[in-house]
Amino acid sequence: MGILSLLIWLPILGMIIIGFIPREYEKHIKITAACTTGIQLLLSLSLWKQFNLGNGEMQFMERLQWIPSFNIAYILGVDGLSLPMVILTALLCFICVFVSWNISKSVKGYFALFLLLDTGIVGVFLSLDFFLFYVFWEVMLLPMYFLIGIWGGPQREYAAIKFFLYTLFGSVLMLVAILGLYFTCGKTFDILELMKIAPEALQGVVWWGMSGIKVIWVLLFIGFAIKVPVFPFHTWLPLAHVEAPTAISVILAGILLKLGVYGILRINYGLMPDGVFWFSGALAFLGLINVIWGGLCALAQTDLKKLVAYSSVNHMGYSLIGMAAVIAASVSNGTNLKAAQAGMGGAVFQMFNHGTISAMLFILVGVIYERAHHRDIEGFGGLAVQMPIYTGITALAFFAGLGLPGLSGFISEAMCFIGAFPVFRGIVIASTIGILLNAAYFLWAFQRIFFGKLNKKYNGLPEISRLELFTVVPLLVITIFFGIYPAPYLDIIAKTMDMIINNVVSLSTIAGM
Amino acid sequence: MNNFQSLPFYWPELILTGIIVLTIIIDFFIDKKDSVKVSWVLIIGLFIVGLAIYFQDKSRVTSLFMDAIVFDPFASFFKILVVIATVFISVVSWENDELSDYRKGEYFTLLGIIVLGLFLMVSAIDLLMVYLSIEVVSIMSFILAGYLKQNTGSNEAALKYVVYGAFSSGIMLFGLSILYGLAGSTNYFDIQQAVQNLDESANIALVMALVMVMAGFGYKISVVPFHFWTPDVYEGAPTTITAYLSVAPKAGAFAMMVRFFNQVLADGGAMTGVEGISTTQIPWPELLSLLAIITMTLGNLIAIQQENLKRMLAYSSIAHAGYMMLALPVMSSQGVYALMMYLVMYLFMNLGAFSVVIAVKNKTGGETFNDYRGLGWEMPLIGIVMTIFMVSLTGLPPTAGFIGKFYIFAALVKAGPQFYYLVILAGINSVISLYYYLRVVKVMFLEGDRSELIIQPPLVMIGVLLLAAIPTILFGVYWSPIANWIDYSMTFFIQTI
Repeated sequence: MGILSLLIWLPILGMIIIGFIPREYEKHIKITAACTTGIQLLLSLSLWKQFNLGNGEMQFMERLQWIPSFNIAYILGVDGLSLPMVILTALLCFICVFVSWNISKSVKGYFALFLLLDTGIVGVFLSLDFFLFYVFWEVMLLPMYFLIGIWGGPQREYAAIKFFLYTLFGSVLMLVAILGLYFTCGKTFDILELMKIAPEALQGVVWWGMSGIKVIWVLLFIGFAIKVPVFPFHTWLPLAHVEAPTAISVILAGILLKLGVYGILRINYGLMPDGVFWFSGALAFLGLINVIWGGLCALAQTDLKKLVAYSSVNHMGYSLIGMAAVIAASVSNGTNLKAAQAGMGGAVFQMFNHGTISAMLFILVGVIYERAHHRDIEGFGGLAVQMPIYTGITALAFFAGLGLPGLSGFISEAMCFIGAFPVFRGIVIASTIGILLNAAYFLWAFQRIFFGKLNKKYNGLPEISRLELFTVVPLLVITIFFGIYPAPYLDIIAKTMDMIINNVVSLSTIAGM
Repeated sequence: MNNFQSLPFYWPELILTGIIVLTIIIDFFIDKKDSVKVSWVLIIGLFIVGLAIYFQDKSRVTSLFMDAIVFDPFASFFKILVVIATVFISVVSWENDELSDYRKGEYFTLLGIIVLGLFLMVSAIDLLMVYLSIEVVSIMSFILAGYLKQNTGSNEAALKYVVYGAFSSGIMLFGLSILYGLAGSTNYFDIQQAVQNLDESANIALVMALVMVMAGFGYKISVVPFHFWTPDVYEGAPTTITAYLSVAPKAGAFAMMVRFFNQVLADGGAMTGVEGISTTQIPWPELLSLLAIITMTLGNLIAIQQENLKRMLAYSSIAHAGYMMLALPVMSSQGVYALMMYLVMYLFMNLGAFSVVIAVKNKTGGETFNDYRGLGWEMPLIGIVMTIFMVSLTGLPPTAGFIGKFYIFAALVKAGPQFYYLVILAGINSVISLYYYLRVVKVMFLEGDRSELIIQPPLVMIGVLLLAAIPTILFGVYWSPIANWIDYSMTFFIQTI
């Protein structure tokens, strides 16, 4: 068994062990979960260490026959796009075990489902067989449904089913696209194989009077866009984020949203380079809507958690704009390779940064909620006096969220804009309004919560605890570190990004659409 | 092949007939309270029958009894499915408290006769045999549906079933007689020839015949608009029988439809591994697609509104009939393959779901959603396996239900762009179905008070539930054995034209 299989199946092993622990032994269950995710984190770091940075191709490939009669195989591999995501997943899952340390309702079920979710997420990032990818994609849904539905807030049942229905709708369209690809591209689910075959095999395919590339692109895009979430499909997000328990909000915002972007980059960009050119304008425009709409909605929130949730919509917009910049490298756009690199790098870096920053924000919201039992922004005031350490950390997290130079969010956002500027000038200029909104909602919320007169009710509010600090500080360190020195991250992704850009530009026949 | 030559191929059925007689005789010597022991005769007998089918030499594919039925691996596949379902139901019947007040000897006898009828159904290639076998199965089902003699619901179920059954089989018989009139023969292959050479002016007669025959088939697999009996009968009948009706006769009827549509109205391409071509101008593939879509949509939409779990599962089984029917209009071997795959998966998940209903009714005495409140905490095993079944019925990986749907969708996509809209509609339907399937899960885990006391169902019940739940997961992850089995069973008896 290779290291990648180990990364995927380790949480399942933990789940099975938890299954054998009687439910009264809550402490043992928590420790098992912590150990499992801890080992997973170490494994993912050792994967990073062994990873060859000079190679943009898939590494640590594993290949096994699964269902030969349908040409379904168990193929795993990791490249510069998936490696940071795997590390992020392992890190956040480890942290989230401690975030949910104080869960009291059915601890056994909670951690068992949590580990199952972990397996599903890592599986999606590592699988290179489309069928396997789809299976892992769906495996995440059920644990998520339970985690929101059982351990969530007052509206949890509605939030859970809405999340499930939305995602399943997207998955069904994705399944149709997968089957369409399978039968038009030589009956294989192997993503690497499809990357070679699909661009040619899809030429001239016409479905419903539309080019097959466009149909499959749109079907897949909707599936992924629901996860991102891109503007018209985002309505499940605020609800699910708000109702979910803190740790699950962290996983949702930190990792699950990235799956959508990852899927678009891996599948849509890899398999249908022609479609990228056709769709990039729309992609950038949707990104713009996400930025502005998310910003406006966040500004209007009185619930702190909802504000953070909408900030995710806002932040993922930058990623979309950055992704669209890939076309800058094409001949018709002046072969501006630097811009394409900046845009794609920014989009992928933004995924990671949003993962750490939003995780931090949700944990911090959880901290205050556990003390005050509400999240109403107007209901606080003057907390800076009462909880100075908490205020300081929150300030940094908020600054990271609004993209202050020196923190990691700034670098990725700037890269997205730099990349997109030569090709989507208008959109980039318009989306600066989003940055303004971004700063406005974070600063305004900060002011209302921490400055002004101290609310008498919160005179005795305890300071952030050590356990909570333990969960936030690593993320804060990463944010600051990458804000000052992003090179380690950019080194991991550089070669793979070059390959994706090269693939998109060289394989696409712009006039062919 | 004449009657005497046919007998060596007919061993399993002969053994089964002997067993049916044996159950009647043994029932004479057993007290009422011990009458459940008769089930052992049936279970052991069916086990022997299953082995007999398994070890039959299937290299020789032939028709038996002067072209009344056929002997081919396709039929054997369905026979084994039926045997598995019947053994499962016989075991569950031990634990069904509804039956405890009644003498159970003839219950198992009747089940045995249904099995015999289904054996004939899956191998019939003659219109008379088609009608006869459907009637054998139907009449036994009427009696079993009304088996709870002192329960008005059960009586009502039986009566409704009889009225609908008589009506639709009457219509079907009329349709078959028109078909005979057009072709001058009751044999499938003769009719296929005749239909090919039919004058265009006779198309109206053929359409009438087709619609009327469809009434008979549709009634057996509960396709809209022939489904009206389903919810009431499913609700009133003993739950074991409901589970059985939702699986075994459906499988039999689908086997019959595969033969009928591919060998009578098409050139039988699906039987030889190529794309089939319809031999008439009648748009029957479009008609079947339309019925399938209406069936699944209506089944799903009405299932959402149900408060009784048995009724909900009744409508869900209507919806599943719709999904399965999608495999017929493509007329390809992939379609037939997908249908067989779906039936195997459906067998385990649906029998499992109904077994949970039985286990819960034994405990709470009810079948409504209210009876399931907080059950997941009180009976964790039931809660977990029911979640597995519901997820599988929705068709989410990694469960068996997904594999079934995956193959159906694949067959449709393979068949070409004209079928893509069916895939999208079926996909949207499974999203709709998620709502009511998850409602069961929601009620069990998200509502009601958590109890500290854990109740375990009886040991036999645990065994039965695991027997259904383990394949539901296992075949969702690794279904190569099933795929190979179906590959092997895709051999049909065809008369060369």
